[in-house]
Amino acid sequence: MAVDRRRVPGEVRAALFFLAPGLLVIGLFFLLPIAASVLLSLTDFDIYALGDVRNVRVVGLRNFSRLLADPLFWTSLRNTFYFVLVGGPLTLSVALAAALLLHSKLVRWKGLFRTIFFAPYITTLVAVAIVFRYLYHPRFGGLNRVLELFGIPAIDWLGNPKWAMPAIILLAVWKNFGYAMILFIAGLQAIPESLYEAARLDGAGRLQLFRRITVPMLAPTFLFLGVLTTIGYFQFFAEPYVMTGGGGPLNATLSTGLLMYKQGFRWWNMGYAAAIAVVLGLVILAFSALQFRIERRRNA
Amino acid sequence: MKRPVASVLLHLVLLVGGVAALAPLAWMVAASLMPTGEANSFPPRFLPSRPTLVHYRELFTRLNIGRTFGSSLLVASATTIVSLLFNSMAGYAFAKLRFPGRDRLFGALLVAMVIPAPIAMLPLFLLLRSLGLVNSYAGVVLPAASTILGVFLIRQFARGIPDDLLDAARLDGAGELKLYRKIVLPLLRPVLTTLAIVTFLATWNDFIWPLIVLTDERRYTLPVALASLVGEHVQDTELMMAGSVLTVLPVLLLFLLLQKQYIEGITLGGLKE
Repeated sequence: MAVDRRRVPGEVRAALFFLAPGLLVIGLFFLLPIAASVLLSLTDFDIYALGDVRNVRVVGLRNFSRLLADPLFWTSLRNTFYFVLVGGPLTLSVALAAALLLHSKLVRWKGLFRTIFFAPYITTLVAVAIVFRYLYHPRFGGLNRVLELFGIPAIDWLGNPKWAMPAIILLAVWKNFGYAMILFIAGLQAIPESLYEAARLDGAGRLQLFRRITVPMLAPTFLFLGVLTTIGYFQFFAEPYVMTGGGGPLNATLSTGLLMYKQGFRWWNMGYAAAIAVVLGLVILAFSALQFRIERRRNA
Repeated sequence: MKRPVASVLLHLVLLVGGVAALAPLAWMVAASLMPTGEANSFPPRFLPSRPTLVHYRELFTRLNIGRTFGSSLLVASATTIVSLLFNSMAGYAFAKLRFPGRDRLFGALLVAMVIPAPIAMLPLFLLLRSLGLVNSYAGVVLPAASTILGVFLIRQFARGIPDDLLDAARLDGAGELKLYRKIVLPLLRPVLTTLAIVTFLATWNDFIWPLIVLTDERRYTLPVALASLVGEHVQDTELMMAGSVLTVLPVLLLFLLLQKQYIEGITLGGLKE
């Protein structure tokens, strides 16, 4: 014990030394800007303020009241919810289906299929968004060509306001399901086989096994992936930036993240953009909290 | 259903899925090798009539994509190395060094982890601007030089290092820095490897932050350069596909080589409670 006490000051000094770089980076480049964002949203910081900070005025909640009256903001929010609420569940459904297939005892070459399904997740979003942009071309694109085989007439995927969002969601599902699939497979492997055997002895059918054992046992994975996918999808940005010329057609793919980028970094309305960022952040936090809440209620 | 029939059906579904997963990437490679205009011919072709590297040549000579490639490599490598160093130092300190307020401080960081990053972007830009780091590689690397998630993962792993091992080395007169270099880092190697792959891939693929910070096209990373290129060259399908191949191929190869560690890494990050 005596040795311990003598050593403590040295260890505290060492801890300070080891923590300093990391905490400095996190504090200066993450925590400080987050706090500053809230303050920035209460000002009229714009291109004049960028030239001379003395041009900044505190405007209270005016940015927020402007935001609520801005139809473009509501459009972007609706698009973002469309993307999250359709794209998220779709991604996880495809992922779960793929995981169940690859978990089946009847399937061979599991490693190969796992690698193939996972490959899109590794790719660079901007690059594959450009690839899909060409695949969605109404005349030359590969997708319509495939649909034609089934007698489906050509669709102007990215040019039609009705189809642009589904097209972007399809890209997101293609690119992201592999990640969730890997975690679902890990979750499935963690379910003890004895649970299934016991239930089978009690005469449970296939569907019952799935509903009574598989789904509940995967609940933590569902929660983790649900929260993670929601957080990521709420911020979608590169897809409309690259594929639809910045949110077209007719703003059908304008996301809130893209609107924030345009307001802040293209038109330098940084106070207003900060208000958008704060609202988007609060929406994301609320959504994550909601999912934790649902999970806890289910457990109770 | 009979077993063999079910098995054939399952494999059929998997095969269709596999084709759907790979077809866009295969077409990207094929189109990048087509002579100009062939990707937009009617009826559409899937394979080049006579493969050519002319678009790759144009990217390297006229559009200087070699420099862009170098930027991407530099940013991704620097971010990986620096963040590995900073995260491993902090993660080790939180796991193994005894100091007052340690667990409370770590808990506060974990709470902050739920805050979505884009909220920070506007003030972060203004901060980097006042530091003169806009349009510099440092402006891209520094904000990612340490992340709460990285510190968290290292801490989880470092908790498995036995205290006796460290205390014995201390009694032998080893300094704290030597302890970290000679004992801690070698023991952390598995988690450092996975973290290195994950960080490199994420930085290589990152778009929005380099887009904001790098204003001079000579410093663009590949995704930023591609997004700007598609604006001017949207008609040059084959050229754009060659650019996409150059962007995607390195990370895809890296993944195929280090697949095991990478997948272990994401399951580690995903399943830790």
